[in-house]
Amino acid sequence: MSEPYTIIIGLEVHVQLATRTKLFCRCSTKFGAPPNTQTCPICIGMPGTLPVMNREAFALGLKTAIALNCQIARFTKWDRKQYYYPDLPKGYQISQYDLPFSQDGHLEISDPKGRFKPKRIGIIRAHLEEDAGKSMHDEVSGQADSKIDLNRTGTPLLEIVSQPDMRSPAEAKAYLQELKLLLTYLGVSDCNMQEGSLRVDANINLHVDTPEGKVATPIVEVKNMNSFRAVERAMEYEAVRHWEVWQETGQRLGQVPKQTRGWDDTAMITRGQRHKEESSDYRYFPDPDLVPVVTTDEELAAVKSSLGELPAQMRTRLEAKYGIKPYDSDVLVSAGQGLVDYYVELADLVGDGKLASNWVQQDVMRTLNEQKVEPAAFAMRPKQLGELLTAIQKGEIDTSRAREVFLEMVASGKSAADVMKAQGIEKVDESELIALCQELIAANPKIVADIQGGKPQAAGNLIGQAKKKNPNINPGRFRELVVELVGKM
Amino acid sequence: MLSRADVEKVSLLARLELTPEELERMTAQMVQIVGYVEQLAELKTDDVQPMAHALEVHNVFAADEVRPSLPREAALANAPHHDKEFYLVPAVLGE
Amino acid sequence: MSVLRQSATELLAKLNAGEVTSVQLTQAHLDQIKQHDGQVKAFLRVDPAAALARAKEIDDRRKAKKPLGLLGGLPVAIKDLLCTEGETTTCGSKMLEHFKPPYDATVIKKLKAADAVLIGKTNLDEFAMGGSTENSAYQKTANPWDLARTPGGSSGGAAACVAAGMAPLSIGTDTGGSIRQPAALCGVTGLKPTYGRVSRFGLVAFASSLDQIGPLARTAEDAALLLEVLAGHDPLDSTSVDVPVPKYSETVKQPLKNLRIGLVREHFGEGLEPEVEKAVRDAVEVYKSLGATVKDISLPHGKYGVATYYIIAPSEASSNLARYDGVHYGHRTNEKQMVAELADERNKLVAAGKTAAAEALDNPLVRMYRRSRAEGFGPEVKRRIMLGTYALSAGYYDAYYLKALKVRRLIRQDYDVAFNEVDLIVGPVTTSPAFKLGEKVDDPLSMYLVDLYTVSANLAGIGGISIPCGMSRNLPLGLQLQAPPFEEERLLRAAHMFQQATDWHQQFPAMVPKA
Ligand SMILES: [Mg+2]
Ligand SMILES: [Zn+2]
Repeated sequence: MSEPYTIIIGLEVHVQLATRTKLFCRCSTKFGAPPNTQTCPICIGMPGTLPVMNREAFALGLKTAIALNCQIARFTKWDRKQYYYPDLPKGYQISQYDLPFSQDGHLEISDPKGRFKPKRIGIIRAHLEEDAGKSMHDEVSGQADSKIDLNRTGTPLLEIVSQPDMRSPAEAKAYLQELKLLLTYLGVSDCNMQEGSLRVDANINLHVDTPEGKVATPIVEVKNMNSFRAVERAMEYEAVRHWEVWQETGQRLGQVPKQTRGWDDTAMITRGQRHKEESSDYRYFPDPDLVPVVTTDEELAAVKSSLGELPAQMRTRLEAKYGIKPYDSDVLVSAGQGLVDYYVELADLVGDGKLASNWVQQDVMRTLNEQKVEPAAFAMRPKQLGELLTAIQKGEIDTSRAREVFLEMVASGKSAADVMKAQGIEKVDESELIALCQELIAANPKIVADIQGGKPQAAGNLIGQAKKKNPNINPGRFRELVVELVGKM
Repeated sequence: MLSRADVEKVSLLARLELTPEELERMTAQMVQIVGYVEQLAELKTDDVQPMAHALEVHNVFAADEVRPSLPREAALANAPHHDKEFYLVPAVLGE
Repeated sequence: MSVLRQSATELLAKLNAGEVTSVQLTQAHLDQIKQHDGQVKAFLRVDPAAALARAKEIDDRRKAKKPLGLLGGLPVAIKDLLCTEGETTTCGSKMLEHFKPPYDATVIKKLKAADAVLIGKTNLDEFAMGGSTENSAYQKTANPWDLARTPGGSSGGAAACVAAGMAPLSIGTDTGGSIRQPAALCGVTGLKPTYGRVSRFGLVAFASSLDQIGPLARTAEDAALLLEVLAGHDPLDSTSVDVPVPKYSETVKQPLKNLRIGLVREHFGEGLEPEVEKAVRDAVEVYKSLGATVKDISLPHGKYGVATYYIIAPSEASSNLARYDGVHYGHRTNEKQMVAELADERNKLVAAGKTAAAEALDNPLVRMYRRSRAEGFGPEVKRRIMLGTYALSAGYYDAYYLKALKVRRLIRQDYDVAFNEVDLIVGPVTTSPAFKLGEKVDDPLSMYLVDLYTVSANLAGIGGISIPCGMSRNLPLGLQLQAPPFEEERLLRAAHMFQQATDWHQQFPAMVPKA
């Protein structure tokens, strides 16, 4: 990059953990229920009620933190973060402050397109906290009452705070994609951004090159980004805006209070948000209603051994074992464990990782998309598809006809052999093929002359004629024969 | 020492509205009480672990099993202002 | 003897023997309430019809020889800080004037399951903040021994109703002495259990790390009976401890042998009235006569108890009471009027060219919060919210809150050392008998100092009991016993021993008829 500055980005991600019930009460966390139907005295914060920690939420948090290579605290406690807002019924959020359950981890990111070198993004901390409810405002007049729905109140969140280690919007996006993939593989969250299961806030500033060295500009927090694409765009927008503000004001980090801005995805800009000074005095203190959690080495070892293969390891294994490129392993792994399982079974059957990879990435993924089914529920099992690919390998069918057979297999549920038989596809005998080739060479002297004159592509015409006479011929083998026989002339 | 302005600031943090007379009296009383509790400063406590709980209990969890929520009518029954669906509050745009 | 002077244990025996019915017992106490509660004002709400219906139902079951709970038809009064399903629970605050919780506190469930007759809800200092029950938003409770004096607080109604023969048993809560101090001033027996012994679920929080629910009764035996019902682990309260509950009602009768009691040097200093000191020293003589040995001990950090308490309790309270914002329940200011006023203020400021001041005005939501809370809370509650908010705020946390947590540990360590040498710590509950109503209302600090002898047990999390041990100017005096964590049984047995040897617990104010 030629800009006279470096972009510095840190991300704060809130992930909704995939528990059945809330963090401190046993109300359901199911999304989409009618407003205020999934609340109880505890999550409404009614007088006299007390929280009890959801064991599964802690377990999912622990699993994630270990997968993020975090140090796990042997002793952790719960704190109250206090502020007034109508969707926060107790007047405080139960969270973790000075002793989070995990700290100091990292996540490796890379770009299959090679826009940046693989790198390690530091994780400052991951902690558990409860979600607030939802406030709905009258955006039109701003006059009508705001409406409060507490269904989401108390849902378990894992807050994952990264180091400011990202140096471009693309890196920020890659970090989020890799994080989401990891969370999905772990099964700790559905990461649905539309339903708010994954929310991102970004901190961004610039390190500007000046004659006196690098100078940091004030950090700005950006909120309201509803997709990874939006994060990337907002960061692109902010970097330029920071640069302009720097040129105009020369303001450095620490000279102005931290600003919060909201991303407007329609206008494609960020806007400043008003913040009162007192609102940041959260008066954290240990929640007296909850007791600390102590984690032993044995428990940690058990979680570690239960993690299974994580995306990064899986990509490396696929590349090494099946000889596919990072781009391909990335596509397969990003599509999820189910597809990888499908791929591995297929590749093992046909003994050709690249062939299997091509078919899975194109034909299988397209069909899964059309049918909106998961790989595990896909009717055509690797064994059946494997028979078709084996036919290709044996030269019984060419790729383009195989694609037609594939479609028919999907539509009819028949085996590759049955479809091929029905369509009259059978391997043409080599002697028959040679005879046909000789016949066509004899009948097309002009084309033969073209080939001999240095235009091998002219052979295509002969292949076309051959296919009309016998659709079952293998075009690849036929081309070889043409070149061979013409060469002998 | 705690000033009237400090107390006013605290009253915003605590979301309490105090009349000028209440603010005056509150300041005087808080000065007196804070003055009294400040006697703790005479104790050396550098090596003392804070004690937030009177218990040595750890790891209290509940199973992740759904229990019935309140019917909405019951949940909203105590709310001073609602529309049978939502709690209602004065518009909070721009916050 | 009138049933109003008999212990719950005696009454239960009569109920089981068929000598009296629960309806008769309930009616007798309701009559006493009707006759005298106009002056005592111990109760905020009594529902005679519901109580009698419940008593009748229990009588019927007894007649049909069906099994009954441990309290089998005994009337019990409930401090109005405990949630009762579908019934107003005010906490003595205007904030919760109309609050009807959709759930019962765990102890209420246990009382119902034990076949108690819930006779009414008793008055208290607003949200249990106070030592005289004068901070109730509804009424000031009087001491049945002298109507011009306080019953103590915050469980003033709970203690007064037992002293006045309006209920044989009652439930109080104790955050800094709120069971033991009113028990002492009203001449009844009151026990604050170890923190974690009784579930706090449904107890409206004042200071969560200090609050405990406990029994008030006419005798130690009665307190044992009631504690046996209340105590026990509750999965709904993470801070309730999963340890077995002894059969207090049975073990209470066993005297303690070779009892080693400790007298705290620092308890007998300035401020302690001579008559209180004399009563305590006489009580120690009683124990000696029962075979106890006495040891002089020291709790060197006890004198910091009140200061420590008045940082920790308000800090927790400021947080616990943040939920009262007029949105989900509780009092809300007249919104239309508030919004109109705010607009008016803004217009005036803008017209005067004071745009900055207009900008600085609270927005309608913040103003709604502040005004609702200002209207809903009384002065003492506001004071504690302010103190706690201040102690936790940026820049002060370490000097106040964190410091207090450290001193809290020192106080606890003092006890641990002391209990290596003695089985029980014996001392005064208060420096004087009941003071006059109105005497301390304008001087919060002097009111806070009434907790001098009681707060340390809450800070340390240990149990304590107050039992009548003398009279001064026809006002009762209390003796406090403190024991190591989860040694309620020891407290009750020691208290029972004392009550077997004395009759201070059998003194009644004149309003309780002899026959
Ligand atoms: Mg957070
Ligand atoms: Zn709930």
